[in-house]
Amino acid sequence: MLVTGADTFWGGRVLRSLEADPTMEVLVGLGTRAPSMPLERAEFVRADETYSILRRIVDATQVDAVIHTFLLVDSSFASTRTLHEVNVIGTMNLLAACGDATSSVRQLVMKSSGLVYGSTERDPNTFSEETPRARPPRTDIERSLIEAEALVVDFAEENPQTAVSVLRCANVLGPDIVTSIGKNLSRPLCPVIFGFDPLVQFVEEGDVVRALEFATREHLAGTFNVAGDGRLAWSEVVSLCGSRRLPLPPILPSLPIAALVRLGVYGFPPELEALLRYGRGLETARLRAAGFEYCFTSAATVEQFARHLRQAKGAGRETTYVYEHDVEQFFRHSPAVVRRPSPVGPSRGDATAGRRSRYPTDTSRAVRRPH
Amino acid sequence: MKGATDMPALGDFRRSDVDEWGRSERMRALARRIYEPAYAWWFRAEWEGMEKIPTSGGALLVGNHGGAIPSDAPVIMHGIERDLGRPVYGMADYFFRTLPVIGTLWSRAGGVAARPDNAYRLLREQGQLALVFPEGANGSSKPYAQRYRLGRFGRGGFVEIAMRAGVPVVPVAIVGSEETMPIVLELPRAAKLLGIPYLPVTANMLAMGPLGLVVPFPAKFRLRVLSPVTFDVEPDCDHYPKSRVMQEAEQIRSALQSALSDMLGARRSIWFG
Repeated sequence: MLVTGADTFWGGRVLRSLEADPTMEVLVGLGTRAPSMPLERAEFVRADETYSILRRIVDATQVDAVIHTFLLVDSSFASTRTLHEVNVIGTMNLLAACGDATSSVRQLVMKSSGLVYGSTERDPNTFSEETPRARPPRTDIERSLIEAEALVVDFAEENPQTAVSVLRCANVLGPDIVTSIGKNLSRPLCPVIFGFDPLVQFVEEGDVVRALEFATREHLAGTFNVAGDGRLAWSEVVSLCGSRRLPLPPILPSLPIAALVRLGVYGFPPELEALLRYGRGLETARLRAAGFEYCFTSAATVEQFARHLRQAKGAGRETTYVYEHDVEQFFRHSPAVVRRPSPVGPSRGDATAGRRSRYPTDTSRAVRRPH
Repeated sequence: MKGATDMPALGDFRRSDVDEWGRSERMRALARRIYEPAYAWWFRAEWEGMEKIPTSGGALLVGNHGGAIPSDAPVIMHGIERDLGRPVYGMADYFFRTLPVIGTLWSRAGGVAARPDNAYRLLREQGQLALVFPEGANGSSKPYAQRYRLGRFGRGGFVEIAMRAGVPVVPVAIVGSEETMPIVLELPRAAKLLGIPYLPVTANMLAMGPLGLVVPFPAKFRLRVLSPVTFDVEPDCDHYPKSRVMQEAEQIRSALQSALSDMLGARRSIWFG
């Protein structure tokens, strides 16, 4: 099992969750920076952002499943060039590494985004996996994701022995993940576009991790939407999160808050502007029919996030895990560390008592990094 | 892994009642209270054959369009919701969605962008009533001289949707709408410049000035529901023969047209019916 983007929110979470499963023999995490989670069993490999080292890793480890979590889905964290490098070139290298005739890879799961559908006035209320785009993409991020998905479709055609699944996630919200939407909602004033109150759909971060795992385990093939049930008006999301509306003009809405975006107070990428006008709804029947069950509806996701915001307001910021290579190596390999036979994963039994002191706070919290 | 495993939270915490189409029953109730005087006293709408509208299951209502800012859609939606207690989703040009405030109010009041996917979902999966005007903007932008003359019924897309969704088409003939806001002059160039579908000069504007933009004349509304048209085809097919679709669309159009002629023949006064 190989997980890309181990240094990002998703890769770290997926690896952690897979580590708990004793039937997973080999777990390899791949990332450009230090991993975002303390890893127990998984091996971590550092690569450059286009993953050119991938082929050698795949050949050497003979992994049978690859989970591709490292697609940027929020353009406020990256330049146009980075978007292209990471989403398109990174995916291309990944597929090249997996698509050999002698390749051992039998399952490829890619975490994509509902952004590939876009958000325009001509769109239907609800997108099914088959709905074509009403208009060509207007933002860089949509373009790069569509291109990445097209590469995956080609790959699936050329490699019938590999089951390929693409998960298109709705806007993710949760206590740990950092997104533009989450950032805006945590402020006392949250940007809205005057006169527009779109319906938006959310999915909880844990549900996304479980969906990625589910797709891997069940060898799903095809495209699947991942989104919580139901939709909320944006104005209601804002009020549930205890924020007030900051109306922006319908023409050039990003202009008045450009300085605040620059300062990092708000996130307002172009794809968010489109969403705040027209919203987006995803049909979730297909993944459900495959047997997946969600823990959170859209509304419950927002409510949980709001609860987290209120908690944070009451208790202040908590410190998060910071990866230190030497220390990790010590815990993993040093003969000085007492290892008791505990079959299942991290920080659950007595065996990890020594480790607790390393992570004074809740170890399940990821480093706050853009996903 | 807090959250996902420890406390499965499936409850709905929403306080508003906006559905997935953006329609809010509370907003609708408020709109009905406000609109009732216009419906009952201004237009004095009278229905004929409302019992032909199905009280359950999906159906596609098809009407004739008229008047620069058409009053026909709100009158039909109001009348059916009042008398049958069923919500009606009014399908209109996606242009409405691009307008601030108006677009949101339109959506809360039951407006949905006219797209095949939307209509199919409403009719097939949710068994709702949807209202379309197949003439589209061509119906509401025609000059007064061509009143009650039905334009082209699109490309028959509404028939195809009804076939796919397996629901009947219920034609509704409306008399009165054309006189509420008669178009005197069209300004196509200015409309293009403003990026709107059409820009008319109406008799209302000439008579009332700026107020004429929003206030329709109190023409008497008469609505006649024709017999539902069912299609003897399998629903959910990928493709329906175009000739059959066009033929059915044309039949519905001519049925509507002859109902209109009949109603116009019986009408003695524009204002009193």
